[in-house]
Amino acid sequence: MIIAKPKPIEEIIELVKDLKSVLVAGCDGCVTVCEAGGMKEAQVLASALRMYFRQQGKDARVDETSLTRQCDRPYIAQLDDQIEKYDAVVSLACGAGVQFLAERFSKKPIFPGVNTCFIGVTEQKGEWTERCQACGDCILATTGGICPIARCSKRMANGPCGGSSSGKCEISKETACGWHLIYERLKELGQLDRFERPNDPKNWATSRDGGPRKIIKEVSQV
Amino acid sequence: MSTNNSAKTPSKLQKIMDAGHFGVTSECGPPRGADGRIVEEKANLIGDYVDAINVTDNQTAVVRLCSLAACIRIKQMGFEPILQMVSRDRNRIGMQADILGAASFGIHNMLCLTGDHQSFGDHPTAVNVFDLDSTQLIQTVKMMRDEKKLLSGFEMKVAPEMFIGCAANPFADPFEIRVARLAKKIAAGAQFIQTQCIYNMDKFKLWMQQVVDRGLHEKAHIMAGLTPMKSLGMAKYMKNKVPGMDVPDSVIERLAGVPKDKQAEEGIKMCIEQIQELKEVEGVRGFHIMAIEWEEKVPEIVKGGGLYPRPKVD
Amino acid sequence: MRLNYPTNIKIVKLPCSGRVDILHLMKAMEEGADGVFVAGCLEGDCHYQAGNLRAKKRVAYVKEILDKIGVGGERVAMYNLSAGQGPRFAEIAREMTEKIKALGPSPIRIAKRKAAGRPTTEEAA
Repeated sequence: MIIAKPKPIEEIIELVKDLKSVLVAGCDGCVTVCEAGGMKEAQVLASALRMYFRQQGKDARVDETSLTRQCDRPYIAQLDDQIEKYDAVVSLACGAGVQFLAERFSKKPIFPGVNTCFIGVTEQKGEWTERCQACGDCILATTGGICPIARCSKRMANGPCGGSSSGKCEISKETACGWHLIYERLKELGQLDRFERPNDPKNWATSRDGGPRKIIKEVSQV
Repeated sequence: MSTNNSAKTPSKLQKIMDAGHFGVTSECGPPRGADGRIVEEKANLIGDYVDAINVTDNQTAVVRLCSLAACIRIKQMGFEPILQMVSRDRNRIGMQADILGAASFGIHNMLCLTGDHQSFGDHPTAVNVFDLDSTQLIQTVKMMRDEKKLLSGFEMKVAPEMFIGCAANPFADPFEIRVARLAKKIAAGAQFIQTQCIYNMDKFKLWMQQVVDRGLHEKAHIMAGLTPMKSLGMAKYMKNKVPGMDVPDSVIERLAGVPKDKQAEEGIKMCIEQIQELKEVEGVRGFHIMAIEWEEKVPEIVKGGGLYPRPKVD
Repeated sequence: MRLNYPTNIKIVKLPCSGRVDILHLMKAMEEGADGVFVAGCLEGDCHYQAGNLRAKKRVAYVKEILDKIGVGGERVAMYNLSAGQGPRFAEIAREMTEKIKALGPSPIRIAKRKAAGRPTTEEAA
């Protein structure tokens, strides 16, 4: 899923402090699971903003809601008849949701309430780690199911580098060396021959480098 | 970052334009191989007729002999190079390092560009960097020069002294964005502007008028970009295939009106006429003649435009 | 034991302090409470293993928010005591009440009263 992190409340206050009415819109998708922008976080933020306005002596309206997904039109359309009541929306969805709201409600400022960080997994309750960079051309079959693009700090195709030490990355002792993990996994799988085969320069055109991406599945189109 | 756009540098091009003369530049595209003599041959064709020579940086995202090495060659020949730098291929570490390297060889002009997307070039599968964009590159060079600091804040004992340039396209749509974007680049610190090649004189004059209305021509030297048409085929290609290029029908018709073997001559004539006309346009402070793989014609154009001999400055 | 503790405290009973949610604390403050304290079991003594440790983190989280919005994080607190420590509860209740009284009424309550055209009793006095 997409992992996000709530923006510091002072940053959000700076965005909305002069407004009279604000809607805090959560998203029931990824950001709910990573506890950054679901209904719960929307309620907490809205409550905090109400208290902020209240103690500033301002009579501002702050409501909260949460949409099933902010990355699908039918769900964001649910705001169509409410949006006029608000000066702005603070969306707690990932960057995709924020932009989709902004596209639909072109005259309404839509502010991001979270920082969208990466595609990752839940390590344990309250801890999420990165796994995928969405390069558009998956090589996991050749790297023991561990992605060197997401998990090597230099996204090397033929690691580990000389800075790797005892399975840790040179940038931090907290960070596992992706290529060390790949080596160990390939060994477990009896595929160490893969490790010694040089990987050619990658085609990055399928990644963000090739420009904004689009996928069409014709059979699904109406 | 300070807002002083008139910072003096050892650049001859700057001194000439600051003294009120029209500046003249041309460009030299390095080869797609390691033969540095090609750069020298091209520079020799144009060197005495221009104040400074632009050296392109992997133009259209095609790998070529690097701009920095070619600039050093040109500098060592006694001509003045303009180091073009695109932010597509190197991050802020690499670019700052190259700027220092250029300065260490006495290179005092830079043209800061974002660069064409690599999908247009010969390595479409490459990663793109774009750590900075052209405006941020301008800010960076300015900070290095005026504050003697790297982007990290590290203070240098010897700082590069660059006359900072950038490009502007007066023709890309929508028109209204163009002057605003130029204003932004000048606010960032651009001191000279080389425009996209001009064919639509009316539209250029309209743009120039807006530039003058905002007083931008007093903050930076605007150099009109010109590329002589070699043939009717080239004109049609430029009109239909090159993004952001504005070639009016009148240009096509004029070239079509002369026999094929006279079209090149007509193209040169048109270019010279443009120079004459542009000299009268308020705010135009120089000419950037991009004779693509036709460098030998630059002397004729410069002379025909009444821009020769080039003024001498200290 | 007939222990006395200040009458201005409203007790909300929960099966475990681990049930205390960030929102409960936020709502109490938003509604105009001058302070909130969570009384959980002694650390290491949670019947549900870590309920009181969760409560502690949530209290800390709410403190941070209250500090940032200008309400003041010192208005919420976490205390640990066992069910058998009645006198300690009364002591904490007095301690918290004194601390909050020293801080004065919550800025939220003041603002709410002002908005309603009624000054707080403290201000009137």
